[in-house]
Order: sequence, then C-alpha cells, then structure tokens
Amino acid sequence: MGPLVPDIIGNELNFVVALFCGVGFGFVLEQAGFSTSKKLVGLFYGYDFTVLRVFFTAGVTAMIGVVVLAHFGLLDMNLVFVNPTFLWSAIVGGVIMGIGFVIGGFCPGTGICAAAIGKIDGMFFMFGTFIGVLIFAEGYPLFEGVYKAANLGNIRLYETLGISQSLFAFLLILMAVGAFWFTSLIENKVNGVKNSDPKLKRIYVLLTGVAIIVGLSAFIMPDRKEAMLKELNNNNFVASYNSEHMTSDELAFRIMDNDANIQIIDLRSQKEFDSLSLPKSTRLTLLSLFEKDANKLLSVKNKINIFIANDELTAKKGYILSKELGYGNLFVLQGGFNQFKKDIIEFAKPDKAPTRDEIDTYRFRAKAAKVIPQMIQENKLKNAGGEKKQAKRVIGGC
Amino acid sequence: MNSTKYMNPYLAGFFLGLVLLATIYFTGRGLGASGAVKSAVVVSVQTVAPSHTNNAKFYKEYSEEHPGNPLNNWLVFEVVGVIIGAFLSGLISNRLNFTLEHSPKISSKTRIAGAIFGGLFFGLGAQFGRGCTSGAALSGMAVMSTGGIVTMFAIFGSAYGFAYFFRKLWL
Repeated sequence: MGPLVPDIIGNELNFVVALFCGVGFGFVLEQAGFSTSKKLVGLFYGYDFTVLRVFFTAGVTAMIGVVVLAHFGLLDMNLVFVNPTFLWSAIVGGVIMGIGFVIGGFCPGTGICAAAIGKIDGMFFMFGTFIGVLIFAEGYPLFEGVYKAANLGNIRLYETLGISQSLFAFLLILMAVGAFWFTSLIENKVNGVKNSDPKLKRIYVLLTGVAIIVGLSAFIMPDRKEAMLKELNNNNFVASYNSEHMTSDELAFRIMDNDANIQIIDLRSQKEFDSLSLPKSTRLTLLSLFEKDANKLLSVKNKINIFIANDELTAKKGYILSKELGYGNLFVLQGGFNQFKKDIIEFAKPDKAPTRDEIDTYRFRAKAAKVIPQMIQENKLKNAGGEKKQAKRVIGGC
Repeated sequence: MNSTKYMNPYLAGFFLGLVLLATIYFTGRGLGASGAVKSAVVVSVQTVAPSHTNNAKFYKEYSEEHPGNPLNNWLVFEVVGVIIGAFLSGLISNRLNFTLEHSPKISSKTRIAGAIFGGLFFGLGAQFGRGCTSGAALSGMAVMSTGGIVTMFAIFGSAYGFAYFFRKLWL
C-alpha cells in the first residue's frame, strides 16, 4: 500500500527517488515548451494556451490516478500530503505570484528548466525568486498575521463544497475539457487561423469522449470507505455475513500457550484498552482498518487475526471490513470481550453441579483466571515504557 | 541545426500527470520547486549571518520544521533532478543555447529587470501560497486540496487581471 515512503523506500533512498521524480518533471516541462517565456505568457495574451493544456491535463490525470489508487486500497490518503489551506494567505500569495508571472514570464519550476537549457532570462528569474523568498524571510514578523490566518487544515475542495468526491472529479474533468475547447477557439481567433487540421480535430473529439467516459466512471468508484461503512450500518447485513468464530476458551488457551501466531485486534476505546488489554493485542478502530498501519499488521503471513470488542457485533464489523479489504485468517471472538471477561478473567464456578464435559472446562478456566490476569499485568508493564509507533502524514509542500 | 518541435501539449500533460502520480504513490507528496529556493535562502543566510538565523523568527520556525541541514531536503534533490531532466530534454531536442529571450520591442536590460522583478514577486508569493505553481497549484489539484486550488485560481486570475498593464513587455 502506498505511499512507499518510509517503509519500503527508506529516507536515504527517498532522496534518490526525489532526483528521479525531478528528472521526469524537468524533462516533461522542457519537452512541453515550458522553458520559453514566450510560450508561457501566451496564455495571458491569448496566442498560446499550451500552459493551460499541459497543466490541466496533468492535474486531471494525477487526480484520477489518486482517486483510483485510493479506491482500490493501494494508496492511503491519510498519509499523503494534502496542502493545508490558509485561506487569506493562499489568495494573497496567488495574486502576488500572478503579477510575477506576467512580469517575469516564468514560474519557479519553468524558470529552473529555462535556466537549465541556458536561457539567461531564466537565470535572472531564479535570482529574483531567491530575493523574493529572502524578503519574505526578513519581513516575516510583518507577514505572519496573514500567513497564519484562517487555517482550515488539510481540507479537500469537495469537502469544502459539500459534494461527493466523484461528482467533484467529474465536474473538474468537464471544466478542463470545456476550457480546452474554448481556449482553442480564442487561440485560432487571435492567431487568425481559419480551419484547423481536420484529422487533429477528430482525434480531439475522440479524446474528449474518452475524458468524459473516464469522468463518468468516477461515479462507479465512490469512496470505497464510505460505501463499506454504510453497509456495516445495516444490522441484517452484518448478522447474515458468514464469519469464523473463536471461543473464549480457545483464545485463552492460545494466549496461555504463548502462541506466536495470534494477533489480537482490539476495537474497544483507547481508555478501555489502556486499562485492560490482552497480550499480543493492538488497538485499532473500524476507520483505521483502511489505513496503512492496519495493512502492515493484517498482511503478516501465517498469523491468525482475532477481532475483539466489547460486544460480538462490533468485533464482527471489524471482521467484515477486513475480509472485504482482502485480508485472510480472520476470527471473531465469540460473545465479544464481555464474554471473555465473564468466562475467563472473572471466572467463578457456578453453583450448579457441572456435567462431565463442564468439569474439564471449569478446571481450565480456573487456571486461566489465575494466569491470564498475570500475563495482562506483565504485558502492561512491558509496554509502559515503549512509545507507540504510528505512521505519520508526509510533510511536503514547497 | 533547427530545434525539434515541442511535444503535443495533451500528451505532455498526460506524462506530467503520470510523473506526479508516481511521485505521490512513492513518496506521499507532490512535486515542487520554490521550496528548494527557500532551502537555498536559509543556507545562504546561515552562512553569511549565522547569528541572525538564530534570532529571526522565520529561520527559527524553519529549523523547527526541517531539522538538519536545509540542503538535505527532498525538494532540493528533486530540483537537481529537474535541472538534469530539462538539460537532457534540451540536449536531445537541440535547444541548448545561451540566449536571452525577449520581445523585439524591448531591450535586453528591460527583459532582465522584468525577469528579476517577476521572480521576486513569484518568490514572495510562493511563501504566502505555501508553494508555487508546482507545489501548490498542480500538486494541490492532484489531491484536491482546497488551498492549492484556491491558489491556482488566484495565480491565473491575477495574471489575467494584470496582463493588460504589462502587455508592452511581451506583445
């Protein structure tokens, strides 16, 4: 599951990856013609809309890719850097950058490309950028108020607008296609082109069709997370779902046996987990099952994953989500943790005379009731000093 | 020898999108450019006036957020890659040349002044916008960040708004 940093790609290798990403970036920018200011500012005077075409196509391509990867559980969006929104600063910065664009004819990325192929104006532009950043750094006390105002967090635009991700993606694609069509009309008018190449025209009509179909397909890929969580609210669905169970006794036996193959997924609250948790257990929530931490835990080979929660129903929900997410070797603790507590931890022999079968069970439980609380205590002491590891969102941005 | 034609913009855009997508999948972050300039500024000031960087708030916040050497930064490596990539592209398309490109109606000096001032505005604005056209607008669009898309519209809107006043630099 992506992102591959920092588990599969370590921090040093990440710099090598950065270099390669940069090579791809610079190469494409230069091939697209972004190393010449004439082509770039053409956008603002109507004679060349290359920038808009490249930019929007790239943005839409990457966006669809991100949606698809997240849909198939290949990318954990909680770990991907989403540029934070500081509303005023975003607007002020954009306006200043716009002025810089029409005066300088480059943006930093394209300025670097231009400088790399020997454009002297590109080099001066980069020198100017350096001075601009320096001015911000030195005047920071003055700018800080605006810079940090109206912090909306790592919010995404469809959330701001209150629409679904699918609808937003579709609208953005429509907007891009519309802009491509409209700007080529302007471009032809400004440049006095009457009839454009009919063959090229046919290709573009075809591509427009493809883009709209891709856009529509966004609707059959609703946010998988939401769809699955919605299913879980349906009690009939949960009740009728086939699942494998493990009894309190078996779990107790495996714990006492120090079975190295079990992993207990505890879905209770953090507070409950802190006060009493079984050895080899990890606390997760239903939501965190979608994340990369859970992915790492549940995809360990040859492990048996037992879901526990106070009640069996919640444990089963965890089981169902994990099953649907493609994980195997799953079990639900029968009767939930409450049953386990009653059967094992707080075991008391019933007054009623036991049957022959029950005698063995009770003997085992009486033993477990002594051993397991001890193990819980030892486990607690062992974990007390350790810090919890949690995957963090990458800090990115410029 | 004449330089070869530029790539079809939609094709180039598609490739750029794939590069960006790969970057997000591998590293969990988007592309950028101005951040490397920021690293360069911090390093320069640290070298020239080390005591100043210990006192001024901007540098203090920067080293809190980015411990270690500012040049040991993802974007610095990425930008080195950009330079190599653009150079290779220029090499295979016969576009390597020391030139100062400007409209025939303005002098070289005017163009240089325009480039410096344009860069200055861009560098300043990119700090407010927490990224430039690459880091905020393009990468922000890929992950549908509100801030990134707002910045994108602000950049292009403002450029259109001011284009009229600077038309003599280009037309």
